[in-house]
Amino acid sequence: MFKNLMSWIEYRLPFMDKMNLHVMQYPAPKNFNFWYFFGSLAMLVLVNQIVTGIWLTMNYEPSAEGAFASVEYIMRDVDYGWLLRYMHSTGASAFFVVVYLHMLRGMMYGSYQKPRELLWIFGMLIFLVLMAEAFMGYLLPWGQMSFWGAQVIIGIFGTIPFIGEDLTLWIRGDYVISGATLNRFFALHVIALPLVLVILVFLHIMALHEVGSNNPDGIDIKKDNDGNVEQTEADKKFTFHQYFTRGGKKVIVDAIPFHPYYTVKDLVGVAGFLLIFAWVIFFLPEGGGYFLEPPNFEPANPLKTPDHIAPVWYFTPFYAILRAIPHPFMGAVAMFAAIVALALLPWLDRGRVRSVRYRSGLHKVNLINFCVSFVALGVLGVLPAEGVYTLMAQIFSFTYFGFFVLLFFYSKNENTKPLPVRVT
Amino acid sequence: MSNAPVDHGRRRFLTIATSVVGGVGAVGVAVPFIASWNPSERAKQAGAAVTADISKLEPGQLIRVEWRGKPVWIVKRTTETLQQLELTEKDLRDPGSEVGQQPAYAQNRHRSIKPDIFIAVGICTHLGCSPTYLPNDFSAQVEGIRAGFFCPCHGSKFDMAGRVFQGVPAPTNLVVPPHMFIDDNTIVVGEDEGAV
Repeated sequence: MFKNLMSWIEYRLPFMDKMNLHVMQYPAPKNFNFWYFFGSLAMLVLVNQIVTGIWLTMNYEPSAEGAFASVEYIMRDVDYGWLLRYMHSTGASAFFVVVYLHMLRGMMYGSYQKPRELLWIFGMLIFLVLMAEAFMGYLLPWGQMSFWGAQVIIGIFGTIPFIGEDLTLWIRGDYVISGATLNRFFALHVIALPLVLVILVFLHIMALHEVGSNNPDGIDIKKDNDGNVEQTEADKKFTFHQYFTRGGKKVIVDAIPFHPYYTVKDLVGVAGFLLIFAWVIFFLPEGGGYFLEPPNFEPANPLKTPDHIAPVWYFTPFYAILRAIPHPFMGAVAMFAAIVALALLPWLDRGRVRSVRYRSGLHKVNLINFCVSFVALGVLGVLPAEGVYTLMAQIFSFTYFGFFVLLFFYSKNENTKPLPVRVT
Repeated sequence: MSNAPVDHGRRRFLTIATSVVGGVGAVGVAVPFIASWNPSERAKQAGAAVTADISKLEPGQLIRVEWRGKPVWIVKRTTETLQQLELTEKDLRDPGSEVGQQPAYAQNRHRSIKPDIFIAVGICTHLGCSPTYLPNDFSAQVEGIRAGFFCPCHGSKFDMAGRVFQGVPAPTNLVVPPHMFIDDNTIVVGEDEGAV
């Protein structure tokens, strides 16, 4: 009876076939390390943000008059409202932690290289939308830092020659950030951008499954079936969806099915992540003033600028680049270029060896340079822009862009190590 | 169904014509969605001019009025302050107010209609913070100058005519809004009846 029902459905909508294709019979390289946790963790955090976000809207009031008080109401009077709100606000920071580590993983193992360029581009679009989502979400509590942070970020659009003034007026819907701005940001934050985000995540995963997952060795696990590929006993043990062998043109080696092997392994990552996440939620929900900044516990006041305006930590590397350039519009261009440069990695890196394991010492040093520059800019972005800090921000902006320039030149004829035939 | 051969030219024309008409429709539909983001009539009303009474303003004192949600400063400058405006000029980015940050009637050394009464939008031209008025302690920022404006966000400095110093993030002088005197003690900010 049940079997008949299943085949009735399967005939009309091949659900089990798609599950096999993407989960039970999806070949994943057997050598994933902990760096491969962060993709699934990002999805977990996305679900957390969507669910807690829906619950927050049940008590939140999107108006300049009511927003701040309604957040305090959620924190004090709604049962477990404090927990839902902290899960959401801390979740935003957790989202960027896992996404930044996920991106670093891709850079270390060359996961952006051919044929995964489109996959990388979808990832960068997710990153952009995520930043917009986080920025608009930060305005909603209508605290001092919400207001003045938004003032600074919208001000960036005002630096565009000729159209800047009118553009900022159009974005705000008023001569100043007001209830009109708050309401449109609310609409975008809870409906428009999450929809876009979910669609992009879907496309990201579809693009991933088409070209297959990279791995820490950066070599292909789908070999051309030229008769010389030897499958081990372990390789013959698993059945993968016939789609991946391209009708016998490919032989899959060193792979294991995503389920149960990586679903179970990812569960370990989830447990570890939740341990830290829960600790932060319960014992450090404001992240020491970095997740929720102190001035944000004061209602927005257009006539009083806080002494020091710093964006939330996840924007600070790009903010530091913005401030490092004395000319506002060129600063905005440089900030945008810092993100575009990342998106162009598949074409800036002209090497054909993917993993840092088999690339030159120069590349290893350069990658460390990138990480150091990024973190240093992040630190400088929260500090006031004066004296030596400005100079340091300029130096690290230079080394940040230097990573891409150097990579472009040495990657053409890089002194790489020989690649193994099979994953190690 | 007729078995007449496919007229490719005609099919092409119909495809393009349909696409063009549909495209025009799509652009037309986009107009209300985009235009709805403009300031509403209510917001425009709230952006109207404001009147300030300065009869009780003491020399050296600064009062703020809110115009279009922005802080507008009205300062009565002391004689000493007015004299010091000349001293700073060599360190300024735009001492002659060449950049159009003010109505033509305020393009002078004191950037105002009356020399002592200075009116400016109290928002830094860098990224929109509100600078702090330092009536006595500005010499810590610029040696020998008693009063000025210092932006706490990114360290921009302005003299008592809102003119920006060199070597700070702010690119231009503070904005002087359109304004006019109704009588000696009443100022209207946001309107100047087309005065030049």
